[in-house]
Amino acid sequence: MSLARGRPSAPEHQPASFAFTEENLAEARATIAKYPAGRQQSAVMPLLYIVQRQMGWVPVAAMDVVADMLEMPRVGVYEVATFYTMYNLEPVGQYLIQVCTTTPCMLRDSDGIADACMNHLGIGWEETTADGKFTLKEVECLGACANAPMVQINDDFYEDLTPQTMVGLLEALARGEAVKPGPQNGRHSSEPEGGPTTLKGGA
Amino acid sequence: MVDTVKLTIDGKEIEVDKRLTLLQACELAGAEVPRFCFHDRLSIAGNCRMCLVEVEKAPKPVASCAQPIADGMVVHTRGPVAAKAQRGAMEFLLINHPLDCPICDQGGECDLQDQAMGYGKGISRYDEMKRSVQEKDFGPLVKTFMTRCIHCTRCIRFMEEIAGVPELGMTGRGEDSEVTTYIENGLDSEMSGNIIDLCPVGALTSKPYAFIARPWELKKTETIDVMDAVGSNIRVDARGREVLRVLPRLHEDINEEWISDKTRFAVDGLTRRRLDAPWVKRDGMLAKASWQEAMDAVTARLKGRDGAKIAAIAGDQVDCETLYAAKLLMADLGSPNLDCRQDGMAVDPSVRASYLFNTTIAGIEEADACLLIGCDPRHEAALVNARLRKRWRRGGFKVASIGPALDLTFPVTNLGAGPESLSRLADGQGGFAEILKNAERPMIIVGAGALSRADGAAVLGAAHAIAERFGAVTEDWNGFNVLQTAASRVGGLDLGFVPGPGGRNTASILEGARSGEVDTVILLGADECDTSALASAFVIYIGHHGDAGAAVADVILPAAAYTEKNATYVNLEGRPQHAVRAVFPPGEAREDWAILRALSGMLGRPLPFDSHAELRAAMQKAVPHLAATDEIMAADWQAFGVSGAMGEGAFASPVKDFYRTCAISRASITMAKCSEAFVAPAAATGTGG
Repeated sequence: MSLARGRPSAPEHQPASFAFTEENLAEARATIAKYPAGRQQSAVMPLLYIVQRQMGWVPVAAMDVVADMLEMPRVGVYEVATFYTMYNLEPVGQYLIQVCTTTPCMLRDSDGIADACMNHLGIGWEETTADGKFTLKEVECLGACANAPMVQINDDFYEDLTPQTMVGLLEALARGEAVKPGPQNGRHSSEPEGGPTTLKGGA
Repeated sequence: MVDTVKLTIDGKEIEVDKRLTLLQACELAGAEVPRFCFHDRLSIAGNCRMCLVEVEKAPKPVASCAQPIADGMVVHTRGPVAAKAQRGAMEFLLINHPLDCPICDQGGECDLQDQAMGYGKGISRYDEMKRSVQEKDFGPLVKTFMTRCIHCTRCIRFMEEIAGVPELGMTGRGEDSEVTTYIENGLDSEMSGNIIDLCPVGALTSKPYAFIARPWELKKTETIDVMDAVGSNIRVDARGREVLRVLPRLHEDINEEWISDKTRFAVDGLTRRRLDAPWVKRDGMLAKASWQEAMDAVTARLKGRDGAKIAAIAGDQVDCETLYAAKLLMADLGSPNLDCRQDGMAVDPSVRASYLFNTTIAGIEEADACLLIGCDPRHEAALVNARLRKRWRRGGFKVASIGPALDLTFPVTNLGAGPESLSRLADGQGGFAEILKNAERPMIIVGAGALSRADGAAVLGAAHAIAERFGAVTEDWNGFNVLQTAASRVGGLDLGFVPGPGGRNTASILEGARSGEVDTVILLGADECDTSALASAFVIYIGHHGDAGAAVADVILPAAAYTEKNATYVNLEGRPQHAVRAVFPPGEAREDWAILRALSGMLGRPLPFDSHAELRAAMQKAVPHLAATDEIMAADWQAFGVSGAMGEGAFASPVKDFYRTCAISRASITMAKCSEAFVAPAAATGTGG
């Protein structure tokens, strides 16, 4: 399945209507208020992000709500939502796994990470497991090259992966256990493997 | 005095307005610069990169369409740098273009084809797979073939800026970019057909015209449209005896380079439901007859009949020559009962300013406030609305309406529904009165919805009073306008095709026909009046379509439609223009004036002309300003209308269904499809929300 971005995907998933929760509505209004009068359109991206936080993805009905709130053409919101790949235009699983395959990660075997995910979960890119737990997505550089290869699961980065640690993560998540974000090879942040090599003596 | 700058283009030094872009300056210097996305009437996008030129001292070729000009620029549009840059841009544009010209409707009139020949490389170094894009559903008028799209975004900009219906956008990014409505609804705009002309490739083509003809097969005739009273300049493309399509022709003061969808797409109605032979009623049934039989039947009926019992009503698409000939014939028959106002619009035929769009269409751009009284310009005269929108986009233009709440594609304050609101405004009450008072050039547009009522004359009087009160008419500004909806109307009023002394108007003719006081009615293409009133009268229908008028006729004399005759039409501004014959009338149909001339001969009082040229000369002698083609003779401001009590009830636009307003558009399948798609309450299409 690929994302046809020229028209709404998965019409059977599209809800007939959308409404912000009270809390999110307040946040949306506060966001709009940050921009000068007549420039409310500038709030379109934060508002779509609030939608995505609420729903996990951005349905067409929500884009329409956003467009009407910002008094802009609906198609203008569709343009923004389809332009930025980080807006999910169809429902995603409980864990959205975004695998970076850009050059530094690729050189550090992101293909092996991708294969491990696909084989373990039995799904391909842009697909969701039958139990609705995992969605797999291939993405461009997420800016953690020093810790390649890496994936982003929901809001957190998981770095310095091997196919084994990747599968370990997936199994832990499937069991509902908490997993620790960051490097998965014991390394601290992006310090050298095995500990610091310079500036060790203290001042 | 505008500031100018001097620059050198291809070795030629010119001095131009400094607000121009480099591309426009190049054009003025006589240099041709290729372009796809740039369009004079749209905002600048600068995304096709075809207009790259070399500017000395610039580090790389510049996109001339988006480049401001500066003093001392030295520009080369055809040098090796520019040529290489243009060849490169073209090679990129063609990477994902299918090159399917032999099966593309744009073939032969395609900017991409022409410019690839003129500026392209001739070969491509690209041998990977081309991308393909799913078709879109833009409704019954615009056919899509989106794989051909080069993403110039002209259609998107047109829909947003000119049509005011921002339904098109570009979704996705990079290779996934697509021009789309996203949610798959048709383009609900009365101007959408123009994106077909704007599309520089074959991505958007005409659906009704798909695979019908190639441009070089067509006979092109420059003529005038009669679907509304705007008088849009059009080009009619015909092959053999059939009109295949209509395209706009540039006229800055009327339609610029746009036309409405009805103008463009109703022409398939010209070949359907046509009256192509005379018909005579025998034993209660219409039967085909020869011209001789039909004319004999008419002559027998008219000869010796009391003029008071005869009447004539002219329809909305009748040309001036026909009206003039018919008026003379009625005078010979001794009948004062004639009217060209099927809807009974209460304008004053003796005061020209009372029925013209005095401000003129181009004049709208100078107005600074507008009051609409009982009219819906978007559907009664789409191009007038486009001009209002153009004015609104420039800012500082307040519009209010009295009548139905309208979506005119720009904000309109609704002041109320009917005469009470008009009276309040006339008394200077309400916020908009203040705006009108402070406006330097206010304009008032009164529509048929306000004037075609029993109290129309009083409404006209009230509108006159408002114009006076708020200074809408001054030495050099006439802000009083009537929005006519019929192409024949201003011509008819100019020619005095109105009741003579003691004569009956349309309503009275219909009433007389009901009571039997009028027993013979000549309908000149009149289908929009209450023809059921004519059941007991002897009806002679002279027209081109088997519509309401022909249905009640006793004798049908088949005539020519607007594409089939040379004729004069006067548009709502009072501008006489000439329609030119593109094809011959079908079957045995004849030009209207010739039918009237023959009839007068058989009645023993031949009309004083034997050719169309003689008729036109006589008509122009009778009404001299009709000879001033394409010129507007400003009308004197006088008193008109009555100052009486207005009635009750809201003003309502006469145009209920934009796509089906005349016999031609009602016979058109394309218009029927549009009506179904856009006017009939849309069933649940798209997604809710």
